[in-house]
Amino acid sequence: MDRTRPNICESLAGSMRAGKRPFSAAVAHWIKGAWSVPSTLARFVGGVFNFRRITAMLGSLVAASLAAIVLFLTVYAWPALRLNGLVFLVHNGWNLGSLYGNPVTVGGQQILPGAQYGILFLIVGTLLSTLIAISIAVPVGVGAAVFLAEGAPPYLRQWLSFFVELLAAIPSVVYGLWGYVVMIPYLGHHLFPFLSKWLAFMPFFAGPSGSGYGLLTAGLVLTLMIVPLITATLRDALVSQPAKLREGAMALGATRFETVRKVLLPGVGRVFVGSTILATGRALGETMAVLMVSGNALNYLPGNIYSPISTMASFIVSQLDSSLQDPTGMAVRSLAEVALVLCLLSIFINAMARVLLHYDGKLNVRTK
Amino acid sequence: MSATSTTCRVKDRGSLLGINTRLLRRRMFDILGWGFCSLAFLLLGSAMVSIFLTVLIRGIGALSLQVVTHVTSGTSGGLLNAIEGTLVLAVGGVLLAVPPGLAAGIYLSMFDTGALAPTIRFLSDVLVGVPSIVIGYFGYITMVVSLGWQFSAAAGSLALAIICMPYICRTSEMAINQVPRGVRESAYALGAGDGRVAMGICVRMALPGIITGILLALAISVGETAPLLYTAGWSNYMWNGHLIREPIGYLTYAIWAFITEPFSSAHALAYAAALFIILFILAISMLSRMVIAGRGNVIFGGKKV
Repeated sequence: MDRTRPNICESLAGSMRAGKRPFSAAVAHWIKGAWSVPSTLARFVGGVFNFRRITAMLGSLVAASLAAIVLFLTVYAWPALRLNGLVFLVHNGWNLGSLYGNPVTVGGQQILPGAQYGILFLIVGTLLSTLIAISIAVPVGVGAAVFLAEGAPPYLRQWLSFFVELLAAIPSVVYGLWGYVVMIPYLGHHLFPFLSKWLAFMPFFAGPSGSGYGLLTAGLVLTLMIVPLITATLRDALVSQPAKLREGAMALGATRFETVRKVLLPGVGRVFVGSTILATGRALGETMAVLMVSGNALNYLPGNIYSPISTMASFIVSQLDSSLQDPTGMAVRSLAEVALVLCLLSIFINAMARVLLHYDGKLNVRTK
Repeated sequence: MSATSTTCRVKDRGSLLGINTRLLRRRMFDILGWGFCSLAFLLLGSAMVSIFLTVLIRGIGALSLQVVTHVTSGTSGGLLNAIEGTLVLAVGGVLLAVPPGLAAGIYLSMFDTGALAPTIRFLSDVLVGVPSIVIGYFGYITMVVSLGWQFSAAAGSLALAIICMPYICRTSEMAINQVPRGVRESAYALGAGDGRVAMGICVRMALPGIITGILLALAISVGETAPLLYTAGWSNYMWNGHLIREPIGYLTYAIWAFITEPFSSAHALAYAAALFIILFILAISMLSRMVIAGRGNVIFGGKKV
């Protein structure tokens, strides 16, 4: 903003004082001065809405959208929250009731006769598939990260790391497609019958091996989806460890693997814990891939590791259409309650991870 | 004390048939360790190769001119409507996400003084972890139902924008943090205001990093499905330009919905859609690599940062 521009009065007075000046110049000077009205206004507006405040307001939208998600989900799910109570979480049975019956009033809410909402099977399915995924992904992810950071031939490292990052960028629906057309036929026809025959002595591995859609398949696809997150984060952390640590350990006579295990890995412990928690959060909320390979069980608690399951995220997708058939709207509101539970769970996990990482602003932990 | 050191020494010098067993054990452990790590990577790599080959081979096999020139009719036809819809939704989502995301990045990096900045940073990082289906359902109950927009491009783009914002915020904050402090201070010392320092100096210098973040957000929104299912809907026709009350198609829906159909024409469309998505993400990844590696040399006319 040009602060030397004269205002109207100054310019008129100036042009009168300067008697020699031609009239046209005086007019030009006056017109220039007239600009000071909008410019004063702009200066006033700019004082209130200065750049810092504008970025603060716009930037707050990022934070506000999280608050809005929780708020509106709660408001929309409120009737369902009141109807279902806390039993919702531990009761097993999602039943829309008789769609052709007259709505009855229960606790001040209109619902269909026989309707009841309990999501124990979703919680069990979500937690078990995540547990399987994490318990396989952690060793594989750490191993692959160590290989990429220290083991692979130096000229290949960059390319292999780029590969892993690409794997992290593949959309979940493509993982689902791959699981659907490649993994399920193989697992259902070969691996699962084999496992159920030879690992029958172990709990949860015996029994009918199913069709390939189920808990273990979902867990394996989830594993593939979260391994790249752990690997990429951990690789970055390992590579950025100071070279002196490596050299010092080598100078003391440690082998290369001892250097990694006893010097480098302890140094990235916090990153490891943080990225594992974030990967857990990702596995809990994964939708499309699980939807395509889990079998989408309804009201069914898994009997063994091959049983079909549903997770909270995939259930929301698979059930919205049928929930819309409920004329009282309670089914859609109960689905909102499922979304709310999932949302709060993931907020809790992510907040925990960030607090655990001491909230170091510079740490680049990948979540997608 | 002396007993301990003796045992240590004995252990150190333990030998069997003249071989140093401790050294042998360490070597063995070394080999086992590297074996495990290589195996882990091999597992990851082979899964990746399998995914890529599946999509590439079956996708290329499913390609035909009709796929890119016709709209979907039932479970056959082409994908022109879905390609258009994906571009509209993704570009719309990113365009909506850039102003708040970039503003948040600038604020967090430059004006981190009060309590607001840590709050935004924390909530933005938590928002990254919120499952996309939750954001989709939020969009469904607010925009589609309560505002009466129905399944529409606006609702879909806004849902994608919520997903993209924290990524753009994060990457632009980190990129702007890379701008040397001295440069900022010199600009202020020369009398430049906040706006000029931020937009003219910091954003300009951090542009490669910011562009990378925006490309990342674009890749994410192209690949998202769950948030769109109940906000954008699906349509067999080309988008007619209406922002609300008009459902719109997108490629990821075609993958999910058509692969479970029993018809081979539907499968072909699903594979072709997956191929387009993968190629697009591959191209974006390459591009962002080039922006980072060349520091803008290739694309931004040789402006060195």
